[in-house]
Amino acid sequence: MKTRLLAAALTLGLAAPASAQDAILNVSYDIARELFAAINPVFAEKWKAETGRDVSIDQSHGGSSRQARAILEGLPADVVTFNQTTDIQVLADAGLVDENWREAFPNDASPYYSLPSFLVREGNPKGIEDWDDLVAEDVQVIFPNPKTSGNARYTYLAAYAYALEVNDGDHEAAQDFVGRLFANVPVFDTGGRAATATFAERNLGDVLITFEAETAQIARQYADQGFEQVTPSLSLLAEFPVAVVSENAARNGSEEVSKAYLDFLYSPEGQRLLAENDYRVHDETVKAEFADRFPELKLVTAEDVFGGWEQIGEEHLAEGAILDRLFVNQ
Amino acid sequence: MRPAAAPGALAPRPDQRVAKALIAAAVLLTIAVLVVPLAYIFHRAFAQGFQVFAANILEPNTLHAIALTALVALLTVPVNIAFGIAAAWAIARFRFRGRKALLTLIEIPFSISPIIAGICYLLLYGRQGLLGSWLLAHDIQILFALPGIVMVTMFVTSPFVLREVLPLMQAQGSEQEQAAVTLGASGWQVFRRVTLPNIRWALLYGAVLCTARAVGEFGGVSVVSGSIRGQTNTLPLQIELLFNDLNIAGAFAAASTLTVIALVVMVLKTAMEARR
Repeated sequence: MKTRLLAAALTLGLAAPASAQDAILNVSYDIARELFAAINPVFAEKWKAETGRDVSIDQSHGGSSRQARAILEGLPADVVTFNQTTDIQVLADAGLVDENWREAFPNDASPYYSLPSFLVREGNPKGIEDWDDLVAEDVQVIFPNPKTSGNARYTYLAAYAYALEVNDGDHEAAQDFVGRLFANVPVFDTGGRAATATFAERNLGDVLITFEAETAQIARQYADQGFEQVTPSLSLLAEFPVAVVSENAARNGSEEVSKAYLDFLYSPEGQRLLAENDYRVHDETVKAEFADRFPELKLVTAEDVFGGWEQIGEEHLAEGAILDRLFVNQ
Repeated sequence: MRPAAAPGALAPRPDQRVAKALIAAAVLLTIAVLVVPLAYIFHRAFAQGFQVFAANILEPNTLHAIALTALVALLTVPVNIAFGIAAAWAIARFRFRGRKALLTLIEIPFSISPIIAGICYLLLYGRQGLLGSWLLAHDIQILFALPGIVMVTMFVTSPFVLREVLPLMQAQGSEQEQAAVTLGASGWQVFRRVTLPNIRWALLYGAVLCTARAVGEFGGVSVVSGSIRGQTNTLPLQIELLFNDLNIAGAFAAASTLTVIALVVMVLKTAMEARR
């Protein structure tokens, strides 16, 4: 009885993907659902017009490291759209993604980007305009724990980069600055969503730091509270890299549609959809259209300031490294 | 400190104030921990009116999650009933080497966290796992598809029926069955006419508990599901995703559905307890 049911379950499980049309699975980070819910139907229409074939696009969302892990264990992703380059690199190291994936698409395979930015309470009562306003004594800052949250890691590095910039590259001064910033954080939640809840539902803190795309969405979600977005003078480029999972795509026969799907993100149409969802894009026309929603600022990269993610891992994030020391001392 | 006993009272009377304070504390705790959160789920689910609630439930991905969860329970519970009866029968009626070990083995899922079950399956059936390359070569998808979800749910719920049926079988002993055999009943007749009627309430009770657990399982399934929306998202996973998407009304609507299932199950359980 057990084996027969198991066999039935197996057939049911196998029957699903065996339809005649094109099908791809996009495995993505956890807050991108609305984004791809907006993009997928537009792409499907375009694909139909170009090739005459239907395409169904399935979505899986989760923490991107966890998603990478699932793909390593066999989650049949055709494309990945992540928020950490390191998580695609893991797949490339395992041979699932082409070694030179960063050259496979323009802009280092990152069709859109964002940056750590601020969300303040209605009327900005504490007058917060830039990073140095955050270390004032009466200001409470909310962002998640940089030990557990990738989002907060960007915040940490952006604050560090800002302090390096204003202190002419003096690391000691920069670390002192970040230490004072940590001291102004009343609670370190484990993830971005929890920090949002702390700020918006528990009413704790004067400013929430998270990706710009998030601050815009939170401001809309809690429209009745009148939160205001504030863009600092300098921040850290947060890339959102994409790749075709070539091993899976080859097995599923979906290479062509997978590539077309990611190419679409770079098309003016795709870039407009991305900008509408509060992500910054590279297309000049779209940039001009949305200029008022994305204030100019100085953007630095992890490569330029910190020598790349590998070095950040060793010097800042490893156990007992700079982040640990600042985190404990606050 | 007790107030002076009434004249003539022989036994020390319990202090009314302490009793009342304890009862009040218990009631308050129950309200704060249980009643209010449960009521709040429904309040939030219907906060924007019934139409919004219905739209949230009928959203294709949520609807699919409900159907998938039901399917998983339908596949899991019968297997566990058959397995539970067989195992209880073997352990209650026969003496054999390794009987205690078998009992312990079956009860393991009670004591270990479901996420460990999920990870074990990942390490065994995953692409990098022990059987991974063989499965890949034969194009058999177990993880991140229905088979994996069903298997993990079976793992987690496997002790429920056994745990309810076994004590009853042991307490009843085998006299009636032996009598049936001496009267010439076949094995199947003994089971149908004697064993099954004797254990039916315990069996149903176990099945109900098993269903509740199968429907609500989160941790183990979340490891092997892959969270593909509209494909491998069970209801508990869908609730978490809706919540993470800041779709609070949708999350509460889905949560209220799961809560209704749980409440129905609990009512059935209470009714059955009365029959036992």
